Amino acid sequence: MATTLSRDAVAGRPVDPAAPLLAVEDLRVEFRIDAGTVRAVNGLSYTLGRGETVAILGESGSGKSVGAQAVMGIIDSPPGFVTGGSVRFRGVELLDLPEAERRRVRGNRMAMIFQDALTALNPVFPVGWQIAEMFRIHRGLPRKAAGEKAIELMERVKIPSARVRAGSYPHEFSGGMRQRVMIAMALSLDPEILIADEPTTALDVTVQAQIMSLLAELQQQTGMGLILITHDLGVVAEVADQVVVMYAGREVEKGPSLPVYHRPAHPYTLGLMDSLPRRDVHTERLRPIKGSPPDLLAIPPGCAFRPRCPYGREICAREEPPLAAVTSDRISACHFWEEVSRERAGA
Amino acid sequence: MSDRDRERPSPGSPAHAGPTFEELEAEPIIRREGSLYADAWRQLRRRPMFIISGILIVILALMAIWPGLFTRADPRACSLADSLLRPSGEHWFGTDVQGCDYYARTIWGARVSITIGVLVTACSTLIAMLLGSIAGYYGGWVDAVIARLTDIWFAIPTILGGIVILRSIFSTRGLLQVSLVLIVLGWPTMLRLVRSAVMATKEMDYVDAARALGVRPFRIIRRHILPNAIAPVIVYATITVGVIISAEAALSFLGVGLQLPAISWGLMISVAQNRILTAPHLLLFPGALLSVTVFSFILMGDALRDALDPRLR
Repeated sequence: MATTLSRDAVAGRPVDPAAPLLAVEDLRVEFRIDAGTVRAVNGLSYTLGRGETVAILGESGSGKSVGAQAVMGIIDSPPGFVTGGSVRFRGVELLDLPEAERRRVRGNRMAMIFQDALTALNPVFPVGWQIAEMFRIHRGLPRKAAGEKAIELMERVKIPSARVRAGSYPHEFSGGMRQRVMIAMALSLDPEILIADEPTTALDVTVQAQIMSLLAELQQQTGMGLILITHDLGVVAEVADQVVVMYAGREVEKGPSLPVYHRPAHPYTLGLMDSLPRRDVHTERLRPIKGSPPDLLAIPPGCAFRPRCPYGREICAREEPPLAAVTSDRISACHFWEEVSRERAGA
Repeated sequence: MSDRDRERPSPGSPAHAGPTFEELEAEPIIRREGSLYADAWRQLRRRPMFIISGILIVILALMAIWPGLFTRADPRACSLADSLLRPSGEHWFGTDVQGCDYYARTIWGARVSITIGVLVTACSTLIAMLLGSIAGYYGGWVDAVIARLTDIWFAIPTILGGIVILRSIFSTRGLLQVSLVLIVLGWPTMLRLVRSAVMATKEMDYVDAARALGVRPFRIIRRHILPNAIAPVIVYATITVGVIISAEAALSFLGVGLQLPAISWGLMISVAQNRILTAPHLLLFPGALLSVTVFSFILMGDALRDALDPRLR
């Protein structure tokens, strides 16, 4: 395999210096299963620049993870198919690349970490070995040199006594340490993009903060773009530059994270905010969003959120709301976004 | 192990200016648990079932490799004058019709039985791992073709199929021919096992993670799927050694397996059946050794299953 790859080409195609690090446009993914076609992602668009963080927010089944897997190109096919849209990495269309070249992009240029590092690490090999394997297969380093690099990386993600712990197996680590191992593995080849799929969901609150600040620190050192998939609004407000809120496979609100956080323009975002305990506002009780997400096999016509929406009216059942420009850099897929955004006008 | 002990800073060393939160977290190294296999080994060492079957298998293996350790007598040096002697101090297991020392023949019989058992199991496991992991990992039409082919093959009964093939195709039937037939008929069960284990392991997050890091499919199968899917295969393979040994004996007994002058337990039992009332020792000794061998492998398989399959713990 190639040793050091030129960073100015992707799979032999020259990069466009003016293009953003990653541009996802109208991405569509469906799963064809016996029961029918599940439209997991119906039009997802965002751009990610160097050193930027985009948060993709949504509850389970909103398509946020599938969207990320499609960007990585690791959707099981069949049953999963990317049916439309484009994913351009520094201007190079990834969806058109043959699998062998796509594989070279994975790990080298973009990497991914998963929710539960216990299941995302191979249980039968020591962690040091697993990190070292990245250097051996992608960089062709000999065993010993790769092992040294692995220890270096473990130190970089602040695993104490890394040299000792390199020989331990994944189940011998605590959740936070395991996630650090996963991060070390993902960063081994200096990817330009890191996709973190709910990196802190399985962790204790105190450890969550440690992992998030580690990610922020590493991002600052390397200038990598971070795609953060989460259902935790609090995390989003703290670290993300941009946020994309997804519901039933569709993006419902998108924009810079602080304005979206402070003044949501979609009832779903507002519902997420209200179901979150806040330190600054003493509400008498939390207001959860009623009902549950729709069956992706049979998304209702019109607005998918209507059955759960306190603003829902007759038009919502008929017409799928267009993406309305809330401000120049924000959009909301709600017929009544103006009314919704007035909700927090005083806040 | 020694590296770890050496490098762990002792609590009193100057490097330790009060343990931080993270150092406390890292403490459990002292109580190492090790991998699945290290864990299984610790468990096995204490199990009588494993120890007994292990000792028996080692003895049988020695018997197969160096029969000279157990007997000085030549199993083919026979004198008709000594035909059908009962067990005695000179001939522990008596002699057969030809006047050969029956103890020596029984010992030498281990070689054929164990060679066939191990060879057939190794080859069919290899075939099963290759095809099974391809079918399980790629799925789709590749899997459909391999799985249907296996189903058709699976429908052929081993002994019956063995009789037909051995009688119609081969003019001489030695160890290789019998092994070949048992391999040809033996791989489907193993393949099904490998395929389902691979399919289950494929769904694990670490396989996705490996893919997300750009690891090639072949390496994913070799490094991430097979090491995690192999436990049930090891267990089944161990049991299969026993089953194949008895299948060889059955084929030889039925007269379609090995041919004289080969020395095999199945063949000995086959010859002994005519004299079961006049010379029962001819049946007793090879039969007992055959049973013990099959029993040891099956017992070993059970012990391994208990240790390697966490669901049964």
